Amino acid sequence: MRLFSALLFAMSLTVAVPEVRAQSASDGAAFADGLAALNTKGFDDKAAAINALAGLGDPRAVDVLQAMSEGLLFYRKEDGLVVVAKEAGRRQYDITDPVSAENLGVVSSRDLRKISANNRLRQLIRGVLGQFALLDEDVDRRIAAALDLMKSPSAEAIPLVSAALTQEEDPAAQKVFQTTLSVLELRADDPATRLQAVEQLASFVDPTLKTHLERLLLHNGDGFVEPDEGIRNAAAVAIERIDRRIAYLTVIENLVFGISLGSVLLLAAIGLAITFGVMGVINMAHGEMIMIGAYSAFVVQQAFRQFLPPELFGFYVVAAVPAAFLLAGTVGLIIERGCIRFLYGRPLETLLATWGISLILQQAVRSLFGANNREVANPAWLAGSIEITSGLTFTVNRLYIIAFSLIVVALLAALMRYSRFGLNMRAVTQNRSMAASMGIATGRVDALTFGLGSGIAGIGGVALSQISNVSPNLGQSFIVDSFMVVVFGGVGSLWGTIVGAFSLGIVNKFLEPFSGAILGKIIVLIAIILFIQKRPRGLFALRGRAAEA
Amino acid sequence: MSPVMGRLVALESRRGWQVVCGLAVVFLLVVPILNQVVPPSSPFHMPTFWVVILGKYMCFAILALSLDLIWGYAGVLSLGQGAFFGLGGYAMGMYMMRQIGDRGVYGDPVLPDFMVFLNWKELPWYWQGFDMFWFTVLMVMLVPGLLAFVFGWLAFRSRISGVYFSIISQAMVFAMMLAFFRNEMGFGGNNGLTDFKDLLGFNLSRDSTKVGLYVVSTATLILVYLTCRFVVRSKLGRVMVAIRDAEDRVRFLGYSVAWTKLFIFTLAAVIAGIAGALYVPQVGIINPGEFAPAKSIEVAVWVAVGGRGTLFGAIAGAFAVNGAKSFFTGAAPEIWLFFLGALFVVVTLFLPKGIIGALSSLRRRLPGVRQRETKVA
Repeated sequence: MRLFSALLFAMSLTVAVPEVRAQSASDGAAFADGLAALNTKGFDDKAAAINALAGLGDPRAVDVLQAMSEGLLFYRKEDGLVVVAKEAGRRQYDITDPVSAENLGVVSSRDLRKISANNRLRQLIRGVLGQFALLDEDVDRRIAAALDLMKSPSAEAIPLVSAALTQEEDPAAQKVFQTTLSVLELRADDPATRLQAVEQLASFVDPTLKTHLERLLLHNGDGFVEPDEGIRNAAAVAIERIDRRIAYLTVIENLVFGISLGSVLLLAAIGLAITFGVMGVINMAHGEMIMIGAYSAFVVQQAFRQFLPPELFGFYVVAAVPAAFLLAGTVGLIIERGCIRFLYGRPLETLLATWGISLILQQAVRSLFGANNREVANPAWLAGSIEITSGLTFTVNRLYIIAFSLIVVALLAALMRYSRFGLNMRAVTQNRSMAASMGIATGRVDALTFGLGSGIAGIGGVALSQISNVSPNLGQSFIVDSFMVVVFGGVGSLWGTIVGAFSLGIVNKFLEPFSGAILGKIIVLIAIILFIQKRPRGLFALRGRAAEA
Repeated sequence: MSPVMGRLVALESRRGWQVVCGLAVVFLLVVPILNQVVPPSSPFHMPTFWVVILGKYMCFAILALSLDLIWGYAGVLSLGQGAFFGLGGYAMGMYMMRQIGDRGVYGDPVLPDFMVFLNWKELPWYWQGFDMFWFTVLMVMLVPGLLAFVFGWLAFRSRISGVYFSIISQAMVFAMMLAFFRNEMGFGGNNGLTDFKDLLGFNLSRDSTKVGLYVVSTATLILVYLTCRFVVRSKLGRVMVAIRDAEDRVRFLGYSVAWTKLFIFTLAAVIAGIAGALYVPQVGIINPGEFAPAKSIEVAVWVAVGGRGTLFGAIAGAFAVNGAKSFFTGAAPEIWLFFLGALFVVVTLFLPKGIIGALSSLRRRLPGVRQRETKVA
């Protein structure tokens, strides 16, 4: 598809170039004529002359028109030659012939007469000069000028754009110019040109161009904006193609957004899943671990601002990750040793006690940092967005979060699979009393698991701080969702959590456009309640006798 | 003595009846008299403000009773009790909205203000009938009961229990909160239902109406308490306790665990709905905030503080915690959440049987009491 349009585009260039070259050879005389036409009395005539001159697409016109709007365009009384002047002392002007760019020396103001402009003309010139930015030396400014033209298209600018296109060497700018030209040509007088433009636009399949095509099909008084039915049909076909592409892009966009939402959920839920798996307790303060992680990102950021040179500021996120892990992990360890271990075998009481702890932590953070949102800035390498193709852009931080969460989960999986601690952890998950009788210090495994789970939640908080504001209620908004992930995926299962998080994230994003964010969430909650009818222990249930206990 | 009377009397021990009757006299007679009859100048006068607060506590106590029934006796910790409370409240709120009639800001004879504001042309079907009080009372019990029945049927049938059930019930109340926040639901969205004028023709802003609501709430609390006592003393109540202590064994013995739980869960929901319906006219507003998961989980701490599985403990806990809340949010709002959080931790760690349990174990240590108990035995 893309290849085809590029080919078409290249072909159109090779055909167009010799023609325009030939045209520009004859332009020398045309430019001089156009210049001479400026030298008239009536402002209406001058306006027509300005448009004609601009229509030639000759870059030399820029200086002339600039001079005219500044009151520095004159004609020589002796031969009527139009010249651009520069002030060179009292009543003295340094004049130049704009056609040949030849300096004609300093003359007295008595030998010249001004070609005056009024406000209306100055405004006209400003618009015309804007089009001439297509010939600017800076590529970005050329592209910006073309995009500007597309916003307020008019048929008058067609020659200018096509002239600019032939001179353009930058491929990105060429593409924009070609698009702009086609958009402008939709307003051309010649139906053949219009039809060609519609077909050209159809080949681009760019969602941003849809409005231009749709305009053709609008009713205009008694008829359509576009009088020719063939062109209207072609436009309708083109719109349909664009619509299909938009639908396709939306799917991709929702998929990526869903995956990025899912990876945040994954970071939030995975700690919950392993502590639930190992210890059979639900940690209602888990959301507050996320909050603690986010606040440590905030504190590290402030410390970097305060004490380190600004060049290093971008690295604060890197420093915040271990800081958040350690802080949240330590808090988790303290909670386990100080409270939860006394409540073994009483999961409902643990749930209530950890809820109490979450209230205390929230209020503590509120007292320390205030109840308002705190802003954590994106460092430069996490800010901005990349455009995959026109109409499909992703912010960089979301892509980083996806990668980051996958790395964290991979590390965790490796830890559980290959380390001694991971082995003990899995043993306790499967059968606590058997593990204890084999000499595993279950108490220590519990404490470390809890610390690990909390630490990962803390890391999740750092990731979250990059996409949303940091507030004391941050954890609360995630707790129900993370529980749903765990319930859906299956308790104590790493894979279940991964699948659960991503599918919940994606389903949420896909439901959003149809039903709105809130209704989408309700639907997901109801769906999960119904889902666990079929599989009460989640998608990836642990099997075996121990799992029943 | 007829058998019915006999069973009624057997609900409580003699001492229990003494306490119940004593408290009933104090709260049903003395409080209204102190408010209505004793002149405001007297030091014994009770301001209406306090009566209203007590009335609110009565509703909370009913709500706590409903949770104690399902958690304390059947071992199912529902973190969604606020959903039923809120639904009952909304049903009553809808009735009072309809009672406003054309006295609203926009003066529409049928549509409540927020519907006029949203440019709705006619009353949604689910608002029909709420202009009749008997229908409202029916709905106050039916809607929460139906939700609990469906939800409980889905949950208990597939043997979802323990923490799983708690989390799912919390998700349910969370979903309700999100749903009721939406304007399209037709329940006033974010603002909920408010600006009530009167109830059954009694002006809600008058002191006598407030005291009347207080008396009704107190009487309902006593009635609900006796109903709960009746249930837990029945054979069904024993099965409930057995399920709490050894669910599998009860199942092996041939009892239907799911239906027992379902019955008690539905009954608890109906009770919570009644509590909500009594609560709303006293505070004058119902909004989706009542469905906040935090509110539902707070009910669990009332019950835990008072003592689970005692019924009386739930009432005591509701009064104690809400009393502390009123005190702290007035005196030092910053400290309240610290205190509430600490309460969750301390009660679960050190007072597994709550205040009532702690008191009775204290009493058992007194030599005189032990002698008397042995004599009775």
